[in-house]
Amino acid sequence: MEMNGAKIIIEALKKEGVDTIFGYPGGSVIPLFDVLYDEKAINLVHVRHEQGAAHAADGYARATGKVGVCLATSGPGATNLVTGIATAHLDSIPIVAITGQVPSMMIGSDAFQEADMTGITRPITKHNFLVKDINDLARVMKEAFYIARTGRPGPVLVDIPKDVQTASTEFKYPDKVEIRSYKPNVKPHLGQINKALDMIKESERPIIYFGGGVILGNASAELTEFVKKSGIPATGTLMGLGAYPVDYNDPLYLGMLGMHGTVYANYAISHSDLIIAVGSRFDDRVTGKIGEFAPHAKVIHIDIDPTSISKTIVVDVPIVGDVREVLKEINKLIKPAKIDEWKKQVAQWKKENPLKYERNSDVIKPQYVIEKLSEIAGDDAIIATEVGQHQMWVAQHYLFQKPRKLLTSGGLGTMGYGLPAAVGAKAGMRDKLVIDVAGDGSIQMNIQELGTAIYHNLDVKVVILNNSYLGMVRQWQDLFFNKRYSGVLLEKSGDGKCPSTYYPDFVKIAEAYGCWGKRICKPEDVESAIREMINHKGPAILDILIEKEENVFPMVPAGASLTQMLGGIA
Amino acid sequence: MAEKDKNKSTLSVLVENHFGVLARIAGLFSARGFNISSLSVGETEDPTVSIMTIVVEGDERIVEQVKKQLNKLIEVIKVRDLTEQDYVSRELALIKASVTSEKRREIIEIADIFKGRVVDISHENITIEVTGPSQKIDAVIGLMKTYGIKEMARTGKVSLIRG
Repeated sequence: MEMNGAKIIIEALKKEGVDTIFGYPGGSVIPLFDVLYDEKAINLVHVRHEQGAAHAADGYARATGKVGVCLATSGPGATNLVTGIATAHLDSIPIVAITGQVPSMMIGSDAFQEADMTGITRPITKHNFLVKDINDLARVMKEAFYIARTGRPGPVLVDIPKDVQTASTEFKYPDKVEIRSYKPNVKPHLGQINKALDMIKESERPIIYFGGGVILGNASAELTEFVKKSGIPATGTLMGLGAYPVDYNDPLYLGMLGMHGTVYANYAISHSDLIIAVGSRFDDRVTGKIGEFAPHAKVIHIDIDPTSISKTIVVDVPIVGDVREVLKEINKLIKPAKIDEWKKQVAQWKKENPLKYERNSDVIKPQYVIEKLSEIAGDDAIIATEVGQHQMWVAQHYLFQKPRKLLTSGGLGTMGYGLPAAVGAKAGMRDKLVIDVAGDGSIQMNIQELGTAIYHNLDVKVVILNNSYLGMVRQWQDLFFNKRYSGVLLEKSGDGKCPSTYYPDFVKIAEAYGCWGKRICKPEDVESAIREMINHKGPAILDILIEKEENVFPMVPAGASLTQMLGGIA
Repeated sequence: MAEKDKNKSTLSVLVENHFGVLARIAGLFSARGFNISSLSVGETEDPTVSIMTIVVEGDERIVEQVKKQLNKLIEVIKVRDLTEQDYVSRELALIKASVTSEKRREIIEIADIFKGRVVDISHENITIEVTGPSQKIDAVIGLMKTYGIKEMARTGKVSLIRG
């Protein structure tokens, strides 16, 4: 059937099973929005800022496991997607970003709202396309989705000039993708697996170190089986939270490792003689000082991306392949490891250095809020976060039992990610409770998306841990810059009392958007306020005034080795 | 003849002949801080495929990452490391020197000895063309420096595996 480019794009989306897209209109995408006007099969969530569209597509993808789609106009619309695309890129999240472009004839002429989007996004996408010929459009759409979701997933941008959207051609959607230069390696090499198994057998102090790849590869069940069958202690990254059930009483589970990881996970990996890395990439927030990372350990590294192997840490046995396939093979052959001494040692570290914080009955401790939220919201809730102290408190104290329940910007560390990501997740999973845990700094970066939530009846909840500071930067200034609190204070003239003079008044903002809002400052109100927020039907903000100068501990200072932790408690 | 410069590797990279591919490759090198000492690009026998010969500076680990990162680019079809193989490589240089008529003869002799040619001549200048392995080009340039090189252009090397 003959149809115009705009229609071809939408038909392609339907062929890819897309039911929701996040977009913002503008001059160069009006033909697309015109097609969407009548389209019943696709729910257009129109956001309040293009950055929100990219994060929403990302949150949708993380929560549902499907490819997220965002849509923006040329020039500023497209450049506003950039932070969201980079966020998805560093966390390997499959999204397809569709951008309008000025008409082909005008490309390169500094036309109104022109920006070279394939040029701008080249280093932050897995791949990108500029479609100059309408006859390439259907194939490019097919390839974009294929590239986004296969291999190591990632964002793909398709830039489509306005004249290509209005030109017409026969719509033929390819059944198959044939890209001669792109063949992701999925099947693992069995010889490498055997080598790994031998190495595991010989190891006296092995540790499993898993990451977001396990979640992206839908291999949580296989990872759990591997840990249980082998009896090898396991630690995970921020991105891996939920890949293995978080239960600090489980002797095999060591919690998160790295900069704000548990003392015992960091000790264990530092003293191990074998690291089995599963879908993780030895990020600097995990390794600390690279030259002193796990000095006695050999490394087995399971990853779908060959570039991850020996990038920062030299790997002894690489296994390139789909993590689920690899773990299935390993699980067929793995025997319980005879490592009683090691387990005893790990248990000892665990007993001596639990995660802890000072309880207080006068002022609300942020860790307490997260503990209560974890108890009340349940295993099925989806938790988004912004970036900063609150994010680390969630990582430490929320007991994620399942994968795809934590949406957080791990690699890029994007403040303003959480609320639009929560909106995206809710649009994809309307039956789930979706909560954004935010700081009072981060929430202000994309707070406009409350409008999207209200307009589309996307019932998201926002819990603000409000200390009237950019807390994580303040913490670094506290610990390493002689408490010179430069550029971090958010209150004008606050006394921290409730109701305080903190600004903005988040309750009023909530009400201005038509949301439910409440502010609390007493520990005894935490539980009931969380319940009240959850029971309210519709978007809601719970503004919780917390201990102002609470720090996240333990902490490995930037550039220090994992064993040099700033301890623990108060 | 394989070059034995320890810190340099020669990569032969087959890529899709699409617009923007060169920018992707150049962008990869700048974004990841890899050093290119030369890069040449042109068509192959298949018009849909271009070949790039890239000389990379760096130790084994860096070159290993470069190869993997190149392979990861969607439009890269094949990456071959020629350094450990027997391959032929050639480079072309145009060298313009400013000379008086009495010295001109010497430059023509140099060109002859290196199987080069004089491609342009004027009252003040002479331009010669030399082709060969990079060391040969370096040698000619060394000799020409004594006459004062006014302008010079090297293509960077192109390479193929022998046999």
